[in-house]
Amino acid sequence: MSTTMGVTAAASARPGDGGHVVERSTRAGIATMVFFAVSLGFSVSMPFWADAIYLRWLSELACYFVMAQMWNLLGGYGGLVSIGQQAYIGIGGYALIVLANMAGINPFAAVLLCGVAAAVAAMPISRIVFRLHGPTFAIGTWAVAEILRLLVANTTVLGGGSGTSLLALRGFDRATREAITFWVSIGASYGSVLLVYLLLRSKFGLALTAIRDSELASRSQGIDVGRTKFLVYVISAFGFGIAGAIYFLGTLRISPDAAFGVSWSPLIIFMVIIGGVGTIAGPLFGAVLFFALSKVFEDFGSWYLTALGLLAIVVTIWFPKGIFGFIEDRYDLRLFPVQRRLRVRSTP
Amino acid sequence: MGEILSLERVSKSYGALKVTDGISLALGEGEMLGILGPNGAGKTTLFNLISGDVRPDEGRVMFRGQDITALPPHRRCRHGIGRSYQIPHPFSGMTVFENLLVGAIYGEGMAEQAAESLCIEVLEKTGLLKKSNQLAGSLTLLDRKRLELARALATRPRLLLLDEIAGGLTEHEAKELVRLIQEIKAQGVSMIWIEHVVHALLAVADRLLVINFGTKLAEGAPQAVMNDPEVKRVYMGIEV
Repeated sequence: MSTTMGVTAAASARPGDGGHVVERSTRAGIATMVFFAVSLGFSVSMPFWADAIYLRWLSELACYFVMAQMWNLLGGYGGLVSIGQQAYIGIGGYALIVLANMAGINPFAAVLLCGVAAAVAAMPISRIVFRLHGPTFAIGTWAVAEILRLLVANTTVLGGGSGTSLLALRGFDRATREAITFWVSIGASYGSVLLVYLLLRSKFGLALTAIRDSELASRSQGIDVGRTKFLVYVISAFGFGIAGAIYFLGTLRISPDAAFGVSWSPLIIFMVIIGGVGTIAGPLFGAVLFFALSKVFEDFGSWYLTALGLLAIVVTIWFPKGIFGFIEDRYDLRLFPVQRRLRVRSTP
Repeated sequence: MGEILSLERVSKSYGALKVTDGISLALGEGEMLGILGPNGAGKTTLFNLISGDVRPDEGRVMFRGQDITALPPHRRCRHGIGRSYQIPHPFSGMTVFENLLVGAIYGEGMAEQAAESLCIEVLEKTGLLKKSNQLAGSLTLLDRKRLELARALATRPRLLLLDEIAGGLTEHEAKELVRLIQEIKAQGVSMIWIEHVVHALLAVADRLLVINFGTKLAEGAPQAVMNDPEVKRVYMGIEV
């Protein structure tokens, strides 16, 4: 067991003496931060000069960013592969109807509360679905979403099966409404990336990454796996609730099928898998790719789904870590540095 | 010398197979107990019962005077039970250094800064310091075994459970390992070591326990146990 000079110096290190440095940043990470700051400024200015169609597109993309990021946190890190996160999209969307239409709260301000509503709902729901594991957990989450869909479809105050409109937005003129919706969605998407990034860099992230790699070892290293998973599930629900609310701010209309429909799950999982599961940049990349493909191929009818399916097959076979995961590994590109790199101070 | 751990008539079955059959066991503070036994004798299950990965069907597990039979593994780790796995389970997407941080922060409950210093100390001791920033998934099997031990040490255990960490080591490496274990022992850490590399075990064990079919076959001073005719027959096939 080697003892070079530097090593010995560090070995005698005692808490707080600063005999070592733990590096958290990378050059690529600094570039990412600059890019994010610039793109945030650019996005915020868009409503003043850009065409309304681009605002709508970007709002939609921003929702996908949030959903992909939140699904990845849950499935990629927490190991909780859910096909029922639409439950929280729906809860977020309908919470918006209740809060804005019925309680008269400003719909834009209500968005955050919609996230809270989803998070609160996730607590008791987790008690049920956490009894299941692996594939049964996935099916269980879907079942919960379906139950919620049926419950809402049979609730007349919420518009029943045909849904209802977000009437609370009538008071705003179109340009203002679209601009604010855009800003809220941009805020949510940057916020979700920042949240996941900060979470993963924190002590909590250490536990989460450990669980991703081995649950068995995590337990014997002192991590309360159940509690960590519970927190991740609630945080993910919060994000999905916000994304759901924003999505229906954009469409102005909600129905149980649109809100709680299972078709959300394959889209979101597609984005995460294609981009790269278990990374921060991957899901963002996947969301952009999905969005671009959907815009390019939307006029081709079912060919569009065929193309998506083919891409998914190609990626899962040849790039199991996703396209971005592949690039990250290949070029050691850490756009969102969450690693702790140890530099032991060497004495000459 | 007080007792740190005791098992009281602990049993565990998988279906009709009784892997642990009413085993009682006591370990003194600072003691090193070596466990031998043929494959499938129930050695690893015994560890799982102590670390909490498996709950017993019957019996009690006491640790430092407290009944821990119902405690989950992470709580037992925080109470001071550290373990390594026979088949390494590294956090493969994390660096070696981060692998250790997990245990220091969550197992030992240290603040990050203090945890870092402890981890560096452990990395140095276990010869992994140069590989601190390597992803654990890229380590060789030998280094993965070292990491198992290092990770357990990072939780600063009072009781350390070592599950076959000497297998596959060269003569020199085995000696290094024995020296490290003696050093850990000198710090007052109690240990149970399951090992097929008998000479390594004999170099450090205060007492030996041989189990077969989930029951005790022999127990006592290492030399006496090794000379036991029954042990020779079952475990070593006569030759020592």
